Amino acid sequence: MTRALGIIAAAAMILLFAALMIVVMPAIQLQATATAPEGLEPYSEQAARGREVYISLGCVYCHSQQPRDPSVAPDDKRGWGRASVPADYIYDSPHLLGSMRTGPDLFNIGVRQPSQDWHLTHLYNSRAVSPGSIMPSYPFLFEVKPEAEEGDTVVALPPDYAVDGDLVAKDDALDLVQYLLELDRSYPVDAIPTADSSSAED
Amino acid sequence: MTSAIAFLLAATFVISVGGLGLLVWALVNDQFTMGPKAAKTIFGPGEVGKVEDPATPRLMKDRMQKERGEVEAPDAEEQEALELRARADQSTRVPVTWWLASSLFWLLLGSVLGVVASVKMHAPEWLVSEAFLTFGRIRPAHLNVVAYGWASMSGVGIGVWLIPRLFKVTLQGGSYATAGAIVWNIGLAAGVWALLAGHSDGMEWLEFPWPVDILLVIGGALVAVPLILSLLKRRVQHLYVSAWYLLAALIWFPMLFITANLPNLFGGVEQSMLNWWYAHNVLGLWMTPLGLAAAYYFIPKIVGAPIYSYSLSLIGFWALALFYSQVGLHHLIGGPIPTWAVTISIVHSVMMVIPVVAVAINHHMTVARHWRLLIYSPTLRFVVLGAVSYTLSSVQGSMQALREVNTITHFTHYTVAHAHLGLYGFLTLVMFGSIYFVVPRLTGREWPYPRAIAAHFWLVLIGFAIYFIPLSIGGWLQGLAMLDETRPFMESVALTLPYLTARSVGGALMTLGHAVFAVHAVIALVRGGPLRRDAALFRPIPPAQAEESRS
Repeated sequence: MTRALGIIAAAAMILLFAALMIVVMPAIQLQATATAPEGLEPYSEQAARGREVYISLGCVYCHSQQPRDPSVAPDDKRGWGRASVPADYIYDSPHLLGSMRTGPDLFNIGVRQPSQDWHLTHLYNSRAVSPGSIMPSYPFLFEVKPEAEEGDTVVALPPDYAVDGDLVAKDDALDLVQYLLELDRSYPVDAIPTADSSSAED
Repeated sequence: MTSAIAFLLAATFVISVGGLGLLVWALVNDQFTMGPKAAKTIFGPGEVGKVEDPATPRLMKDRMQKERGEVEAPDAEEQEALELRARADQSTRVPVTWWLASSLFWLLLGSVLGVVASVKMHAPEWLVSEAFLTFGRIRPAHLNVVAYGWASMSGVGIGVWLIPRLFKVTLQGGSYATAGAIVWNIGLAAGVWALLAGHSDGMEWLEFPWPVDILLVIGGALVAVPLILSLLKRRVQHLYVSAWYLLAALIWFPMLFITANLPNLFGGVEQSMLNWWYAHNVLGLWMTPLGLAAAYYFIPKIVGAPIYSYSLSLIGFWALALFYSQVGLHHLIGGPIPTWAVTISIVHSVMMVIPVVAVAINHHMTVARHWRLLIYSPTLRFVVLGAVSYTLSSVQGSMQALREVNTITHFTHYTVAHAHLGLYGFLTLVMFGSIYFVVPRLTGREWPYPRAIAAHFWLVLIGFAIYFIPLSIGGWLQGLAMLDETRPFMESVALTLPYLTARSVGGALMTLGHAVFAVHAVIALVRGGPLRRDAALFRPIPPAQAEESRS
């Protein structure tokens, strides 16, 4: 029994040690220096709801939110923005850094595509505005009405995708688009990490 | 937040000092004897040299034994040990049947979800009318079902079955394990519903909402009870290496799962580090130990020879614990977190070569001396192929953690293919083999349709090759395209389409294989199908005696 206890205790100790090394210590370092950059606003109420829609629909499984440094990858040249820094994420919980780029990085999509119309059409059917896209269509975020009512947001559709009546965006779609429009980290930050050293004070 | 750090620091200190004290005590009292004797603890008297594979038809088994060498008929002592073991096996019947039968259900559901998600990649207009069918919900449902349903439940089922064999007692407190299976299943069902309904926590591998997490913790705690109770009553001097892995997994999983699911511990990038610390450790310190515990038991057992080097297996164990626990941040290479922390993970990823080589030498050398047994034993084929995949996927993983390689493969389908080499090529194949070994021991009857085992093997093998090879190539090309700024992003999407289609074909074949397997297993568990010889003890008997009993 003692031997079994020894194994369990040693195993637990090793894992705790690992947690200290790669989670707690970097977290302490980050929190010591964490202040919201000037130019970064908290998400609006509508965008915060839209972020929940983003999570619920699993956008993170195809879209990252972490542009890399130009020395590593040409993310900036694709219009995805400067390399992100920890302070950019200060209002992000849960984090949505992502691990796949089946679609493009979205950390600055609000800068790249500032049009609500474009986003709504793209969500209804991405191929209508972005030929060759393999993003799923999200028809359930919209409803077709014979005629739009007052206050409805009507989605513009190219002739090939036209519906019988007016295509109206539901609240979830509008919230989600608001979130995407607020994804804008184009403000300047002090230290942009390079591939070889995270920052000067390390 | 500060209190959480203080708690972790204090806990580390207390456990370190305690562990050091135990180590000193153990050394003084010579508790760490290793050597050939320890490797033989899983064999009964007179058993080394005798092959064992309950999934091989009787006639094949005679040939298999002949290949391994002639044996004597069991003497009285051996007979008694065999009967004891048969009773021990029977004591696990109810809980192990629960865990394994549940895992089969989740395997089928997870496979279907996987194929649906895969097809959606190249048919983006397919099944889009409802929110619960969208790719972003099917995909996490697939991951969670195969990870916590199939892989965890089959691994625990095999682990519970191994307990009496490792400790040479009947299973103590088996009903706790049964209750654990029920709670775990309820948690999973609720979790899958939650994900499809859109209630996700939003982090990969940690999507389940907190009520589901609590159910999984309770279910896991319940299944730990028989492990502890049986350990207390054990009648073996040496703890075999499989027991080391099971004991460690027992403490690692709750530590990981509870810490990572604590609400509001971190936000922002700190949370991403916690996320990947968990997500890689749940593979390395939960599923890998379950798979290795099984492989370390079944390989020597089937070929009837102790593992190649017992000392090496213990080095492999501690090296795995030390290095695997710190590799998680290689998922964030190039990301917005401190580079020194990422570098620690890269270094440890490369250091993983040490335990992997240790395990590889042990597994492959044990088999290499008796490789012709692979012709006869379906169980051995599955487990050995799984062990080979472990070596391959681990070496691939170490390579992938290097910055130069990772820059290309990060964010691409190459990573998805790699993940499947580990969880499918390694863990799933080992579990298939283990289940083929275990089920006849539970039912007291041979598998009813040997041809179904062959069909299962070839379907999943060919299916997985069609899955893995094209997806790796496609992912690599996708990575190169994304790094080339002169090529529009859409090119990196378009070029993957044929490879993604191939992945769907491979996945469909694998799913078909799983269906054959699951149906066969259900027939075996309810003791249906053609009545094959009742082989209660599955002892290979000398040819003369076999002739007698056959006529």
